[in-house]
Amino acid sequence: MEFGFTTAAYVVAAVLFILSLGGLSGQESAKRAVWYGIAGMALAVLATLAGPGAGLWLLSIVLVIAGGTIGWIVAQRVQMTEMPQLVAAMHSLVGLAAVLIGFNTHIEMIRIFGMDEAARSTLEGFAAVVAHKSGAEINILRIETFLGIFIGAVTFTGSVIAFGKLAGKVDGKAKKLPGGHMLNAAAALISLILLLVYLGTGSTTAVIIMTIAALFIGYHLIMGIGGADMPVVVSMLNSYSGWAAAAIGFSLSNDLLIVVGALVGSSGAILSYIMCKAMNRSFISVILGGFGGTTGPAMEVEGEQVAIDAEGVAAALNDADSVIIVPGYGMAVAQAQQAVSELTRKLRAAGKEVRFAIHPVAGRLPGHMNVLLAEAKVPYDIVLEMDEINEDFPDTDVVIVIGSNDIVNPAAQEDPNSPIAGMPVLEVWKAKQVFVSKRGQGTGYSGIENPLFYKDNTRMYYGDAKESITKLIGLIS
Amino acid sequence: MKIGAPKEIFAGEARVAMTPESALQLQKLGHECVIEAGAGAAAGFSNAAYEAAGVEVVKTAAALWKAADIIAKVRPPEPTEVKRLTKDKTLISFFYPGQNSELLEQAKGTGANVIAMDMVPRISRAQKMDALSSMANIAGYRAVIEAGNNFGRFFTGQVTAAGKVPPAKVLVIGAGVAGLAAIGTSTSLGAITYAFDVRPEVAEQIESMGAEFVYLDFKEAQQDGAATGGYASPSSPEFREAQLKKFRELAPDIDIVITTALIPGRDAPKLWLEDMVAMMKPGSVIVDLAAERGGNCDLTVADEKIVSKNGVTVIGYTDFPSRMAAQASTLYSTNIRHMMTDLTPAKDGKVVHNMEDDVIRGATVAFEGEITFPPPPPKVQAIAAQKPKEKAKELTPEEKRAAETAAFKQATKQQVTLLTVGGALILLAGLFAPASFMSHFIVFVLSCFVGFQVIWNVSHALHTPLMAVTNAISSIIILGALMQIGSGSWLVIALAALSVFMAGINIFGGFMVTRRMLAMFQKS
Repeated sequence: MEFGFTTAAYVVAAVLFILSLGGLSGQESAKRAVWYGIAGMALAVLATLAGPGAGLWLLSIVLVIAGGTIGWIVAQRVQMTEMPQLVAAMHSLVGLAAVLIGFNTHIEMIRIFGMDEAARSTLEGFAAVVAHKSGAEINILRIETFLGIFIGAVTFTGSVIAFGKLAGKVDGKAKKLPGGHMLNAAAALISLILLLVYLGTGSTTAVIIMTIAALFIGYHLIMGIGGADMPVVVSMLNSYSGWAAAAIGFSLSNDLLIVVGALVGSSGAILSYIMCKAMNRSFISVILGGFGGTTGPAMEVEGEQVAIDAEGVAAALNDADSVIIVPGYGMAVAQAQQAVSELTRKLRAAGKEVRFAIHPVAGRLPGHMNVLLAEAKVPYDIVLEMDEINEDFPDTDVVIVIGSNDIVNPAAQEDPNSPIAGMPVLEVWKAKQVFVSKRGQGTGYSGIENPLFYKDNTRMYYGDAKESITKLIGLIS
Repeated sequence: MKIGAPKEIFAGEARVAMTPESALQLQKLGHECVIEAGAGAAAGFSNAAYEAAGVEVVKTAAALWKAADIIAKVRPPEPTEVKRLTKDKTLISFFYPGQNSELLEQAKGTGANVIAMDMVPRISRAQKMDALSSMANIAGYRAVIEAGNNFGRFFTGQVTAAGKVPPAKVLVIGAGVAGLAAIGTSTSLGAITYAFDVRPEVAEQIESMGAEFVYLDFKEAQQDGAATGGYASPSSPEFREAQLKKFRELAPDIDIVITTALIPGRDAPKLWLEDMVAMMKPGSVIVDLAAERGGNCDLTVADEKIVSKNGVTVIGYTDFPSRMAAQASTLYSTNIRHMMTDLTPAKDGKVVHNMEDDVIRGATVAFEGEITFPPPPPKVQAIAAQKPKEKAKELTPEEKRAAETAAFKQATKQQVTLLTVGGALILLAGLFAPASFMSHFIVFVLSCFVGFQVIWNVSHALHTPLMAVTNAISSIIILGALMQIGSGSWLVIALAALSVFMAGINIFGGFMVTRRMLAMFQKS
């Protein structure tokens, strides 16, 4: 098959991928968009198989089918609450693939430079491309390969750790080895030096040591970030997996890889930026882990937490005309989304206005809450973003906060000394009545006392979110 | 213990300190209840209703004062009533110990304990027994109703077939509990409501009730409300002048004025002067809730309704809560019941008069033959100290335009800088890098640009599907593996095969899970 055909197919595939991402601007067009993505991917793979350089077709197809079957089964079985870990796990696969492909390029380079002129001219495919490179081009190729392996390795261990944390297999708390960020900086410096060494010599040892250093950076970086910062981590890894693909694309002179890698990379970068903005923290401070130091003693919280039972909450709901539900990670943990959806249906049937307010960093994945609510068949047009709904709280009769803490903490606005000062939060306390469904007394991920729980119009509804909400359903008339 | 409520002997007082409902609750605390026959009649609670609630009904006041260990009243006791107190009895009622020192002396002489409901400290925990607030709430509501009763027009504006009716304009002075209740009532009747208070921190509360806060253009650090337990403090003469000037400005337009301004322990400040009344339109109404303490309006006569020369009605009633005796009794008796709950911590009918407790200590004015008034300041402060709030200044149109232009210039500058720096970097790379690299590099830069443009439009709700789909398409890396797999050495084949396998998982898994997620999003 001609090289021209492959390139043409790549152009079509690239357009399809762009349409696929662009289609996600709305829920309805998104359903079409995913098919664009699938078509683009199929076209790209077929064109590559048919194009120059590919061989061992049968093996390739068998492997794709085998891998595909596993992926299919996993995708069918996964619970929506497990989305964050699934996404993290899949990122690690891309990272590892990038590392392996980078190594392949390296091996090929060594093999080709070992050949004489006659043997070189007999080469085909990828090897032939490499063989025809000039000196400067070889240097560029080395940088690209090196970068591809580096980013891939960071993505790989980072995603594995993120997966472990999200799945609860690794302790979610931020942890650092003694030496902290210096270790990361040292590893990065070593990698940089090794790059120079590699440029000069093309030595295999340099690549292997660099890979180990990169693996360490990925591990240590993500270990140092905990709990509520996970949305940023996952989107950041998403971004890295894209950049890794782009770097590999450069090394293989494959434009489609570059295009898609750049799309994915910028997508992840934007998501990270949005998440950081939602927490009013700089990207650097999230990556370096932990909340910034406070500038003074936190404001004293006055009053007491007043508990309420299911009957009390139900009575208030029966009297209310407008209700806003604010879900958080606690809802995902308790798997309460079905109960919440049932409650919503009942309240809406009773003619009440029920809406959901979603904070951008609620949950452990960007948009995590939206997916859970969609799974429970909550119509998406009553699920609103923070900016859309924040002004409506003063006119709302009842707000139910389910398993969120920091994202509804008034200290962010009222207490300049609070560690989360300045973070945009849902202003639930402005509603007439707030009920907080919470497992028990205690602070959230960040360990910050929440003055909301002590406000006069707040009542604490203690208990497991799922049970609590189910109890309410029976009491709504 | 036996709790008794006598009939109020103050002329015209219709409230009662115990209702059948509160009696039931008191009995749950282990107390017995007793009431004087006919005590609830004026508030609409019959003797039979009390009996049905398990309350003993005694014929005379004397018998009641004898039988009960704890006497709950509304009005401060008359001297004749105080005489009936003995050493082992407790009296709970409004007492105003600051003004009634003789009465307090007399009560002390009897050795009885006296709890003054008006002395309950203003802290969150004690809100449930804050009878002043519950009475003020009623007074605020009633003031608007009373005003409406004497006002010849609608509150709400209407356009009818018979012509257009302008809405009434109501000014509420003093946004305490009564003021806020009046604002709420007035706005819900449809009037355009303005409100004024010397404490700037209540502006938010006023606006939350739907009224417009009347801002004074006056630079004086008004004393923080937190320092005075949430009450207003006297203002400086200059401030007062500015305030009166503002009122004069408003007076010709206002149809109904409701004044509620009180300063603890002082006569009511005169805020609505004779000349302001003269400026008002005939038919306007002034309701002075401060009448008992001399009134905020010059013309106010306590307990009376008068009409000024220019036809403005000035209402100076002091018994608004009593005019709504059923509601007032329900709320007051609930306040009393909460007080009893705090006094009976074990719910076993035994009263523990704990003088360490902030609320009980604060409310107790006579205890075991000693006067315990005034109380020490409560350990818990009523309201968190107000932080100085920078009020965003209203920008003039010119300033706004200037700010917009500046923002636009800033954005342009930023973009141009970015473009210049980015362009320069690319040119620099072009100088050194080989042409084959540059052609790929251009593709890369353009793709990043397209990516940034496209992703910003992705709706927030779809961020998780976005991650899943980008994850799926990032397995485009499979192309690299496919290109290498045919390339010779077994090691390369093995590594490439592994990559193909993993990318295969990712492609199918990623797209499947995205599809599953997207299919779930439904419109209602």
